[in-house]
Amino acid sequence: MKRLVILVLILSFYAYASAAQLINGAGATFPYPLYSKWFNEYNKQKPNVQINYQSIGSGGGIRQLIDQTMDFGASDAPMSEEELSMAKSPVLHIPTVLGAVVLSYNLPGITKLNLTGALISDIFMGKITKWNDSKLQATNKEVKLPDIYISVMYRSDGSGTTAIFTDYLVKISPEWSKRVGSGKSVKWPTGLGGKGNEGVSGLIKQAPGSIGYVELIYAKQNHFSYVNIQNNAGTFVAPSLDTVTAAAQGTLQAMPEDFRMSITNGDGKNAYPISAFTYILVYKNMGKDIGKPLVEFLNWSMGPGQELAKNLGYAPLPGNLIKKVRGALTQIKFN
Amino acid sequence: MKKKDKDFSDKIFYWILKILGYGTMVLLAALVVVLLKVSFPIFEKFGLKFFILNDWNPVTRVFGALPFIYGTVVTSLLAIVIAVPVSIGIALFVTEIANSKIKKILSFLVEMLAAIPSVVYGLWGLFVLVPWLRNSVEPFLGKYLGFIPLFYGAPYGVGVLAAGIILAIMIVPTVSSICREIFYSVPNLFREGALALGATHWEMMKLAVVKSSVSGIFGASILGLGRALGETMAVTMVIGNRPQISPSLFSPAQTLASLIANEYNEASNSSHLAALTAMGLVLLMVSLAVNTFAKIIQKRFQMRTGVGK
Repeated sequence: MKRLVILVLILSFYAYASAAQLINGAGATFPYPLYSKWFNEYNKQKPNVQINYQSIGSGGGIRQLIDQTMDFGASDAPMSEEELSMAKSPVLHIPTVLGAVVLSYNLPGITKLNLTGALISDIFMGKITKWNDSKLQATNKEVKLPDIYISVMYRSDGSGTTAIFTDYLVKISPEWSKRVGSGKSVKWPTGLGGKGNEGVSGLIKQAPGSIGYVELIYAKQNHFSYVNIQNNAGTFVAPSLDTVTAAAQGTLQAMPEDFRMSITNGDGKNAYPISAFTYILVYKNMGKDIGKPLVEFLNWSMGPGQELAKNLGYAPLPGNLIKKVRGALTQIKFN
Repeated sequence: MKKKDKDFSDKIFYWILKILGYGTMVLLAALVVVLLKVSFPIFEKFGLKFFILNDWNPVTRVFGALPFIYGTVVTSLLAIVIAVPVSIGIALFVTEIANSKIKKILSFLVEMLAAIPSVVYGLWGLFVLVPWLRNSVEPFLGKYLGFIPLFYGAPYGVGVLAAGIILAIMIVPTVSSICREIFYSVPNLFREGALALGATHWEMMKLAVVKSSVSGIFGASILGLGRALGETMAVTMVIGNRPQISPSLFSPAQTLASLIANEYNEASNSSHLAALTAMGLVLLMVSLAVNTFAKIIQKRFQMRTGVGK
């Protein structure tokens, strides 16, 4: 009995001590490792603010924001007009970091591969079926491409990665735009599907002659081969944190006020063409209890947060954009 | 006074059991109601065409269930075709041949198979089974049996065959342990009778044990089939996730459960969500249809052989 009383006392003290302001969010899985690091670090600096995040997927994040069951949402793709009209009050898109999609391939002995947008579209449409196709060989003069069939691998699960990749293909190829379109799940003209980055990379690893797309961070962590892709300016660019940030930098001029913009096939000499923002979504009008610490956190994420992002393999936002985001954060009203 | 107490507690017990029993039915009904409600827009839009449409395109919002029904039924049937003979063999070995020590070890190991999480089966399938199928089995089958449509086409490794084999391994524990219990329940008189009539050990197993257990074996297969129809993770890793209908076992396909697991989290719009929910309904209907069909056949067997009731 005595022990029980002590236990209860300890527990209630613990509960009292940890009565911090709780902020709940949910959404995209892609930035989850970074966000959990951010929330953890931020909690160390400000113990009275505790942010919880559930990585349930971008679609779920948007739904929960619309239903107002969460204080903020997170999504790899900006909300559509349809979704924005379903929200009860105006929503602000805060770009946090950048992600990119890497084309990975399995061609024994070949370590450097260049592709143009048109070639990528032809491969994923099933129009180019062999690696030694004259068009492929013409863009890769230094290597001798083998006489084997191309197996295309795609993500079978609905994902932001697929959305970014197909968004790029739609921009690059009118035929792709007409026949397939873009989205988190599409009807692939050819190929095999793997579930998740690990499913796709598992398929690529085993099948010589295969090509597929995975997230940049996943590809880097596992030391995958990657394709250099020709960008708008005509240079073949390797995917890296710098080239992805450059893609955001290149489109800064055209950036709309609400940051809802696709930066695939972006401008800039060094821009990697299959890059995209990931967003945190908040209401422009928030309660003070939640809103104030959340905005403080978002400001922090634009400063020290960006440094942490680099360490974890996420491409940080370009400096001028950070200024714009900080400006947008001042629009948030508390009531 | 004491008797009344007993009556009272009996009554409570009776009601608890009754609620639990009917609760299952209510749960199933509630499930169907919710599925119908959420998927209603799809049936409104496509009507019964939804079941026979061979197309799935979330971008143009055209949704048809046929390739998924096909994939689900074909992979599950393939699993049964592979798993049932193996399971009967295991059960016969355990009940009729093995000594008690091997019997215990073998039964334990087979049941251990049931405890392996399905994602582990999936990964094993992707990294061990699939390369083996692609490099050895499928080229061999294609070379010598390629004239049969079943074994036609490029050997990808992933596809219907891989999914069927993985499912077969997953349902062997269920089917074999039920078969084992059925064989144990065959009266020893049958065995002795067969032997007394001059049957060899093999003939005794065939006549006295297996033949008199046919309807039970059938029931065991149905339980296995039920598990195969709904299996998700392991299948999605090795099936190639491509909604198409092809007679070849080498070609990729997609199942209902696997589709739902793949696309539900990130369904891009409300009609996509409705279509996926409708798939859940279809899966439920396919399971019910298969089970009903199997029950009918089982009844037939019972009438003919007159045992295993």
